[in-house]
Amino acid sequence: MDNEESKIGILKLGETEYKTFFTGKFLNRKKWKKPVFNRIMPPIPATITEILVVENQHVQKGDKLFVYEAMKMRNVIYASVSGKIKVVNVTIGQKVGKDFVLAELDVDFV
Amino acid sequence: MLSDMGVSKSRQLQKLREQVKNGGGEQALEKQMALGKLSARQRIVDLLDNDSFQEYDMFIQQVNNAFQSDGDAVLGDGVITGTGTINGMPVCVYAQDFTVAGGSLGSMHAKKIAKIMDRALKMRVPLIGINDSGGARIQEGINSLAGYGGIFYRNTMASGVIPQISVVLGPCAGGAVYSPALTDFVFVVDKISKMFITGPEVIKTVLGEQISAEDLGGAKVQCEVSGNAHFFAKSEHECFESVKKLLQYIPQNNSLKAETLPSCPPKFTNIDSIVPSDAREPYDVRKVIACITDGSDFFEVKANFAANAVVGFGRVDGQSVGFVANQPDVMAGVLDVDSSDKVAEFVRFCDAFNIPIVTLVDLPGYLPGVDQEHAGVIRHGAKVLYAYSEATVAKITVILRKAYGGGYIAMNSLHLGADSVFAWPGAEIAVMGPESAVNIIFRKEIMASENPDETRRQKAREYKEKFANPYVAAGMGHIDAVIEPQETRTMIVHTLRMSKDKHIDRPYKKHGLFPV
Repeated sequence: MDNEESKIGILKLGETEYKTFFTGKFLNRKKWKKPVFNRIMPPIPATITEILVVENQHVQKGDKLFVYEAMKMRNVIYASVSGKIKVVNVTIGQKVGKDFVLAELDVDFV
Repeated sequence: MLSDMGVSKSRQLQKLREQVKNGGGEQALEKQMALGKLSARQRIVDLLDNDSFQEYDMFIQQVNNAFQSDGDAVLGDGVITGTGTINGMPVCVYAQDFTVAGGSLGSMHAKKIAKIMDRALKMRVPLIGINDSGGARIQEGINSLAGYGGIFYRNTMASGVIPQISVVLGPCAGGAVYSPALTDFVFVVDKISKMFITGPEVIKTVLGEQISAEDLGGAKVQCEVSGNAHFFAKSEHECFESVKKLLQYIPQNNSLKAETLPSCPPKFTNIDSIVPSDAREPYDVRKVIACITDGSDFFEVKANFAANAVVGFGRVDGQSVGFVANQPDVMAGVLDVDSSDKVAEFVRFCDAFNIPIVTLVDLPGYLPGVDQEHAGVIRHGAKVLYAYSEATVAKITVILRKAYGGGYIAMNSLHLGADSVFAWPGAEIAVMGPESAVNIIFRKEIMASENPDETRRQKAREYKEKFANPYVAAGMGHIDAVIEPQETRTMIVHTLRMSKDKHIDRPYKKHGLFPV
């Protein structure tokens, strides 16, 4: 309540509208996004050390796609679905952020 | 008369004592002061009753290590420990001294802390730790890690036996934060306290995220966002006053009750004019608490974290009582991940230390949201059920206004073992809010109607008349009495007096499996 960001508003719960203040934490909460399978991204900032796929290659779920180095460890990115590699956006030695799209995939229809 | 030899021995002791009192030297002490911080010794003096401090292990020294020469060891090894009194009651205390090797924790430093912790547990008195340390003393390698482990073990052994209070007055990073986290109450001071597992530098290197120490784990963040700290103060002095106040509400150990003071009436008596009759209108539930407690005093815990629930201490009839209340002013008073944690933690503390619990209910239910579900609101919400069910202290509930669905059950209902549940005449105890209920019960009628909105409103009115009152629950025996708001304090006083010798035996178990 002592939060500067708070302002009185309406919180709708079921069919009922309650007049109330909001916490800063609620207002700043992360909105949920549907996970995407067609874009391959590293979970943390990384340096790419191996690229194991080429464009137009078909990969199976579980195939090794990239090896990267982060937190002094070598980590592997595996394909979480099967599909065809549409485009590869990195080269070996490149440093990338965690939301960088390493490759795009045409996901197989199951 | 002392002999010549006696005089010189006495001088030696005097000299050594002076040396210890000088901490890390004048320069280092000046640097500490320039940061707006008191010295470790001043902190203890400020916290304890005048002239009550007795220091131990003044002459403990660091065990030599490969990286340091003999001359570097400082008497006391960067931490001051001892006993004294607060409000006339004995306590054990330690204060890390940042002016000596950055307050870093080496094996002898840890041994001193362990010794005072053992003393606190043996003597069954509260333990207060003042933390101001750069972390493990790297030069001592795994011996300093062993030191931390010994402290964590003792924190755990003492948990629920003696009150443990942590005052964080400086950096507290890595392993060092886990001792405060294992204790019952954490106090922080604006701009001085900083707590984190991995600091800004590591976060920057690994994740590329740039953040200041203050924004990552400063006092405000720990009190408002993470909920790791319980009390926020603007200055060290204010912080120590707050520690002293807290100790007035809690007993010395788990076999005692908190001190009872002479009863006095509340300053505020307008209890019947605070809660609006329309369940959708907000109000500050702390005003209701002020009409119940002696002198209208209320000592709030975690005031700025999950403010949709209010928890804290007050006195009723002179007796220390833990209050738990939904706060309609914030987030309509819903239960969510954070407020569930806050309530469960507080209820467990009260139960461990024989403090009766008064619960004031006015909530629409749980907060909907993907973030809530994915953060595990099921598991966190379960903590409230577990904490209330498990508690054997006197448990009193007053339903002020709405008590719907799962929220009604969770907020210390009779079904979870409450000793007395009272409801005000305006209470609505129901499976859900009227507007939502009619959408389900009268779905067909509403869909078939030529004017669905009108039918819905009509049905909601009927539902409210029939169910949105305390008498359906009273008719089933789910509440003990319907009372006027003005009768609230009297009824709580009566119940507290009647439950003085409350005793419940539980089946033997090694320990329950509290949802975490």
